[in-house]
Amino acid sequence: MSSALRNCAIFAAAVLLPLAGGCRQDMADQPKNNPLTPSAFFSDGRGSRTPEENTVERGALAEDELAVPKDSTFFPLPITQALLERGRERYGIFCAPCHGAEGDGNGMIAVRGMKHPPSYQQERLRQAPVGYFFDVITHGFGAMYDYSAQVNAHDRWAIIAYIRALQLSRNAPAGMLSPETLRKLKAGPESAPAEHTPEGGAH
Amino acid sequence: MAQIFHRSTNFIARFSLFAAILAAGLAGLVIYATPRSPYKTNQNVVREQPIQFSHKHHVGDDGIDCRYCHTGVETSAFAGIPPTKTCMNCHSVLFKDAAYLEPVRESYRSGKPLQWSRVHRLPDFVYFNHSIHVNKGVGCSSCHGPVNQMALMWQSSTLLMSWCLDCHRNPGQVLREKKDVVNMDWKAPANQAEIGRALAAQYKIRTTAELTSCSTCHR
Ligand code: HEC
Ligand code: HEC
Ligand code: HEC
Ligand code: HEC
Ligand code: HEC
Ligand code: HEC
Repeated sequence: MSSALRNCAIFAAAVLLPLAGGCRQDMADQPKNNPLTPSAFFSDGRGSRTPEENTVERGALAEDELAVPKDSTFFPLPITQALLERGRERYGIFCAPCHGAEGDGNGMIAVRGMKHPPSYQQERLRQAPVGYFFDVITHGFGAMYDYSAQVNAHDRWAIIAYIRALQLSRNAPAGMLSPETLRKLKAGPESAPAEHTPEGGAH
Repeated sequence: MAQIFHRSTNFIARFSLFAAILAAGLAGLVIYATPRSPYKTNQNVVREQPIQFSHKHHVGDDGIDCRYCHTGVETSAFAGIPPTKTCMNCHSVLFKDAAYLEPVRESYRSGKPLQWSRVHRLPDFVYFNHSIHVNKGVGCSSCHGPVNQMALMWQSSTLLMSWCLDCHRNPGQVLREKKDVVNMDWKAPANQAEIGRALAAQYKIRTTAELTSCSTCHR
């Protein structure tokens, strides 16, 4: 190879080298398991594993402590403003699409053709113990599938507390209201207190 | 003695000088622009999916919250793609005979997961975490764009390092109240600079030096 040709080759390599920066390298594609990416290592091809039978996930025992029987009236958490706010938010995400922001069963998905859920305001559900609601969320009911994978036990209780608040909002005895709220209510619908209408559903 | 080179070669000589500079400039431009172009970054490239799943319908029209499906987004690094069971919550009743949902029902019956084609993909040497962003008031739309208008998903940011850094240098420009994190219609108000500073203090956002330190993202 003549020296001119070699110089040319070196020059060309120097010009082309930065282009290699655009190439993907092994560091970008490491042989590790990323969530939900396929894996050739397991026979079913899944990178993310489902728990083995008869095993308990870490943290699952803490969930169990909040589980109650279906007919239980015991509420295992202290009911605080923070819990209710959490419940309002979670209800908006997971329940309002079907049950509606006010729990009347007219959520957007029901309007689009899902089976209409019953209203939380009906007497049967107002009398139902909290354990019953926990059971419905955990195991589903009729056409409603369970929400145990999407909503953890703590949030289920937050939602139940909020459902109780929704039920109360339509049936509160006048004596429970502050004189201020009562005065506004009596004054007519225009000045009805806005804070009693639950926020619109999820966006 | 006759001239070896014809007069016109003067022009060729000058021209080739000029052309060499032009070619070098052009090559520089290509080298600069290629990694930033949608061709390399996949920005704005609509991805075909095995099922015509539409965020426009589910989020925009039906108002389903992101967190109904992407349950991990507030608590873990990975936002999560919903399992088939989540689709069946509604589609066991809704359109339960529609042909376009047959792959979903088949997957539910057989337990074989749907294989969505991935849209966003950072290289493995980058550490990214959803939960810290979402819990510190960085909304989905700041990074993923108008998801509620996407009939099929696309990546609306470049995902280049410079994109991360542009925000990490001044997160105040995008910070919002936590309740607005999944709000797709959020627009920065006129006094965002002020609000951003207040929120940054409230969320205890760290200094620019810490957020742009290499080991924040390459660990
Ligand atoms: C995809 C729509 C959908 C969502 C989301 C949903 N439900 Fe339901 N729910 C239903 C339907 C439909 C029924 C009626 C089922 C039937 O009668 O077959 C129902 C019934 C119920 C009942 C009444 C059971 C009875 O005895 O009548 C309760 C309580 C309930 N749901 C609670 C919840 C809670 C709490 C959430 C949020 C975690 C929730 N649901 C989310 C659709 C939904
Ligand atoms: C009804 C369930 C559902 C809801 C609600 C939903 N998504 Fe998705 N999302 C999916 C599914 C399924 C996929 C995978 C298919 C695809 O990429 O379109 C996905 C994919 C994505 C991706 C791309 C993932 C990738 O491959 O890189 C992003 C980003 C995303 N969703 C953001 C959002 C945001 C933001 C919201 C709320 C505004 C939202 N999603 C609401 C089901 C949902
Ligand atoms: C909370 C209820 C709900 C869930 C969960 C849900 N869908 Fe839907 N889906 C709907 C509704 C309502 C429509 C009708 C949309 C419309 O026309 O506005 C729909 C429509 C569709 C369509 C028809 C095409 C279209 O966009 O109109 C497809 C395909 C579809 N869904 C796929 C899925 C997949 C895949 C999942 C799981 C990742 C899923 N859906 C989860 C409620 C749901
Ligand atoms: C700071 C920017 C940022 C914000 C805010 C953000 N994302 Fe992401 N998202 C990303 C990046 C970057 C990826 C690619 C991650 C990867 O490849 O590892 C991603 C990936 C995803 C994916 C694919 C699965 C995964 O986790 O890799 C989904 C789904 C998703 N985002 C949904 C959401 C939702 C829903 C929200 C709002 C609650 C949100 N994102 C907020 C930047 C963001
Ligand atoms: C729109 C703004 C924005 C964008 C874009 C963004 N970030 Fe962030 N990021 C933040 C904010 C705000 C924080 C929280 C800082 C704090 O808590 O001090 C953060 C924190 C982080 C942290 C956590 C640091 C720690 O020590 O826990 C990591 C890691 C991170 N970002 C990686 C990335 C990567 C990688 C990208 C690009 C793919 C990215 N971010 C894009 C705003 C953004
Ligand atoms: C906010 C997060 C963040 C910080 C801080 C950060 N990087 Fe990066 N870096 C990224 C992302 C995201 C990519 C991937 C870009 C891509 O896919 O092209 C990247 C890519 C790279 C690459 C590979 C470029 C290529 O073309 O493949 C190098 C080298 C690099 N970073 C070095 C650094 C150094 C040195 C620092 C500290 C001065 C640093 N990074 C700080 C997010 C970060």
